[in-house]
Amino acid sequence: MSEVAVVEESAGVPGGPIQAFTVTLIIRRFDPEVDAEPHWQDFDVEMYPTDRVLDALHKIKWEQDGSLTFRRSCAHGICGSDAMRINGRNRLACKTLIKDLDISQPIYVEAIKGLPLEKDLIVDMEPFFESYRAIQPFLIASDKPDKERIQSVAQRAVFDDTTKCILCAACTSSCPVFWTDGQYFGPAAIVNAHRFIFDSRDEGSQVRLDILNDKEGVWRCRTTFNCSEACPRGIEVTKAISEVKAAILRGNPGLPSSDLVLTPVGA
Amino acid sequence: MTTIDAPRTPHTPVTKNRRVNWEKWGWLYMRASGILLVVLIFGHLFVNLFLGTGVKQVDFAFVAGKWASPFWQVWDVLMLWLALIHGGNGMRTIINDYAHGRPRQVMLGLVFAAVAILIVLGTLTLVAFDPCPTGADPSLLPSFCPASSK
Repeated sequence: MSEVAVVEESAGVPGGPIQAFTVTLIIRRFDPEVDAEPHWQDFDVEMYPTDRVLDALHKIKWEQDGSLTFRRSCAHGICGSDAMRINGRNRLACKTLIKDLDISQPIYVEAIKGLPLEKDLIVDMEPFFESYRAIQPFLIASDKPDKERIQSVAQRAVFDDTTKCILCAACTSSCPVFWTDGQYFGPAAIVNAHRFIFDSRDEGSQVRLDILNDKEGVWRCRTTFNCSEACPRGIEVTKAISEVKAAILRGNPGLPSSDLVLTPVGA
Repeated sequence: MTTIDAPRTPHTPVTKNRRVNWEKWGWLYMRASGILLVVLIFGHLFVNLFLGTGVKQVDFAFVAGKWASPFWQVWDVLMLWLALIHGGNGMRTIINDYAHGRPRQVMLGLVFAAVAILIVLGTLTLVAFDPCPTGADPSLLPSFCPASSK
């Protein structure tokens, strides 16, 4: 009798053990060596409410079909490897809990759109990284200070949002302009340009503003907000793009002047 | 399977070509003309359909009366140009987004032709409008003309 009581107590969860459920995943498969066109294939997997879409993909790859191909590295929403289209929306597979989707229906998983499909859920990211490289995503500064480059809290806050980008391509591959015209820089490149354009320590703003003032630059943005909705890091992408547009019209980033009050240590 | 072109490889070193940046000015034009058009169109609707006896007042004489005043001539010419270029530029961006090659050229040509023809015709009507042309058949003239036979 007492033994039973102990077991119930150690289970610790009201209502007994965690319920598993079966969910159907319909995955868009493509093997360039065999298939002429991609096709949909369904898999049934047993999952727990604590599982993510990435866990379901692992379970399929490890237990049902080892040929399923997808990218993932850290599996915790930082590396940006596993952006994919889940139920028609770009998300990170490692940040999407299956129980948060409608599990009474099959879950559709496919590769992100607008980039060349290589195999199953893997696309060629090179065009994406090429436009990222084009906006010169690094600090351009001529001075060589002895210590760190000082920046006030207000100056840092201006570009705080865009420092959060993990380059997963969820925004760029959700953009309808990018789908039909791969020449467009795309939201991710503009976000990363924003991160340096509005950095008071950087001296290359004018170069980046000129690059984005191009035919395929910020003016192609139609403000559809797909990118802001897709971003797994919650970056206000459309707002960042609009700030870059305003900066181009103004001719400069219009940064807040330094409000630092430097007091000697120990004074 | 469709593949898309790679974005420009190592970015063209910012060429200082001082040519007009049509994309930028087009984008600005859409904002500026949009604000003006809100005022112009709602002013137009208010005066035509609300003031006076409302929608019943709109007839040939009403329009002729409005266009006798330079104020309404300028108002309508502005509305015509701003709205047609605004709409035409909007169509241009949509075509540029979704059409490629020959169809894009054809559709851009059609949009440009439609805008140009409507602007020329409309402006001609507004500037040269005369409700009582001299020497016209008196039976065709509206009743308020001195030469009318009605």
